[in-house]
Amino acid sequence: MTALAAPAPTRAPKRRRSTEGRDAWLLVLPALLPVMLFSVYPLVYGVMLGFTDAEAGLNAETHFNGIDNYTALAGNELFWNSFKIGLIWAFAVTALQFLASLGLALLLNLDLRLRWLARTLALIPWAMPPVIIAIMWQLMLNPNYGPVNRTLETLGLPSAINWLGESAIALPVVIIVGVWAGMPQTTITLLAGLQSVPAELNEAAAIDGASTWRRFWHVTLPALRPIITAITTLDLIWNFNSFALVFVLTAGGPGGTTMLPSLFAYNEAFRYGNFGYAAAMGNVMVVLIGAFLFVYLRAQMRRR
Amino acid sequence: MTRRNPLTRPLQYLALLAYMCFLAFPLIFLLTTAFKTDREIRSPEPSFLPESLNLDNFTAAIERADLFRAAGNSLLTAVTTTVIVTAVSLPAAYALVRFRTRLRMVATGWILLSQVFPFILIIIPLFLLLKNIGLVNTLLGLVLVYAVWALPFALWMLQGYVAAIPVELEEASAVDGAGRFKTLRRIVLPLLAPGLVATSLFTFINSWNEFFFALVLIQEPDMQTLPLALARFVGAEGQVQLGPLAAAALLACLPSLVFFMLIQKRLTAGLLSGAVKG
Repeated sequence: MTALAAPAPTRAPKRRRSTEGRDAWLLVLPALLPVMLFSVYPLVYGVMLGFTDAEAGLNAETHFNGIDNYTALAGNELFWNSFKIGLIWAFAVTALQFLASLGLALLLNLDLRLRWLARTLALIPWAMPPVIIAIMWQLMLNPNYGPVNRTLETLGLPSAINWLGESAIALPVVIIVGVWAGMPQTTITLLAGLQSVPAELNEAAAIDGASTWRRFWHVTLPALRPIITAITTLDLIWNFNSFALVFVLTAGGPGGTTMLPSLFAYNEAFRYGNFGYAAAMGNVMVVLIGAFLFVYLRAQMRRR
Repeated sequence: MTRRNPLTRPLQYLALLAYMCFLAFPLIFLLTTAFKTDREIRSPEPSFLPESLNLDNFTAAIERADLFRAAGNSLLTAVTTTVIVTAVSLPAAYALVRFRTRLRMVATGWILLSQVFPFILIIIPLFLLLKNIGLVNTLLGLVLVYAVWALPFALWMLQGYVAAIPVELEEASAVDGAGRFKTLRRIVLPLLAPGLVATSLFTFINSWNEFFFALVLIQEPDMQTLPLALARFVGAEGQVQLGPLAAAALLACLPSLVFFMLIQKRLTAGLLSGAVKG
């Protein structure tokens, strides 16, 4: 409430400003209280838990144990393996999502027939809960009755593939589902960006004799850069933190080949009850993904 | 456009077609499976379309007591969350936009931060907190969590709508002698209505679809929300009842699909403002 006490040069403006400040506080307070209690407090508490030996159970006492969790984590190969899977997943999905969405956005930006239908279709995955998307793809990829294997069979190709059950292919398959699920946001954002590129720029370049490809590379892409940076950053964060889709699709299997770090930490916390250890994993995830983002965003800024 | 390769257009259509197949095929498959009988699904020579539009799968899905109750739980949770979030975020968004205080910066920072943090870090303390106050396994606990985590986004959306209302309108109303409350009710609220509807629908859909918090906070089968029940459905008998599963999945999508159809124009128009060409 320091804003109220701030001295002001003259009397009249002071009164006006302080009533405004009080009004603002009164209006914001109903939002502020629950946010403090149920999001700021848990967040701070969560970070702190990462430095304790907290466990599930009624009479388990909690002690601070400094960096014990982190030394244990450093030697936990399963965690780092899961972290590696998480990075492959997040970067692959983000990159493929970006390329696929850019292609679709460029097409939607042209004056093609059926554009409205493609645009509607591109939006639908957005409206679907991740759980449903996962169920749908499970049906699609069902080794016996799924249409994917049946189509392969009709074409005379090898068709007894257990897409989600074979450790060599499960991760790539899950990545493709991730791309499908995440395309809408990226496509719509890029389309909005494309449509905000002034047409005059392209026309001028065309008059100067630049080919379509060169216009795309030297005019459209640089104009899109800020939007590309923003959406790929968001996609990367969302994908790295995503949970429900893979949890329902494979639950981390087969043999842990799709065990994203969020699933790994979830199991650690709610299957084995090691709250402190799991929170430490969360802390490591935040720090490392934060470092990646820092490097990436700085590189993008420099290029501008 | 000057000289153009005559192949360009057909290739563009080909690419668009490929995209449409990739995007639409899983949906069409889900839709057709929901109308197929078990015999049709398992037949060695499957047909693409179902033999008839039989609704057995849908009745089977609705008649399952657990799914029906879960849908009720989801509905109750989502509606309550939406009411709370709307009631709380409306005055807050207005204050953040109209009174330029330090709060606004803090709030914006918080809104951004809340998008970045991994939920695993938040869910453990939330679980402990709710456990301490006896709200684990209750819909009330779930509502509290949803409301808090829907707030940043709702605030962010609403702020945009409030900022779009010209402040001159309010000033004119004040000059005409209307008090602040009257101005809010007569001038601001009607202009804000469409944005308010969009924001609350978004909140509703997000809590209707949410999975992770529910997974951790609800263990009691009676308290399950729909996404939880559906995920368990797969775990328990994914191989057995493909038809009812597809039907239930479709039904669970309906609220969000209807919502997106309603706002699709506004959504694309808003996101693509200034987009309409020629």
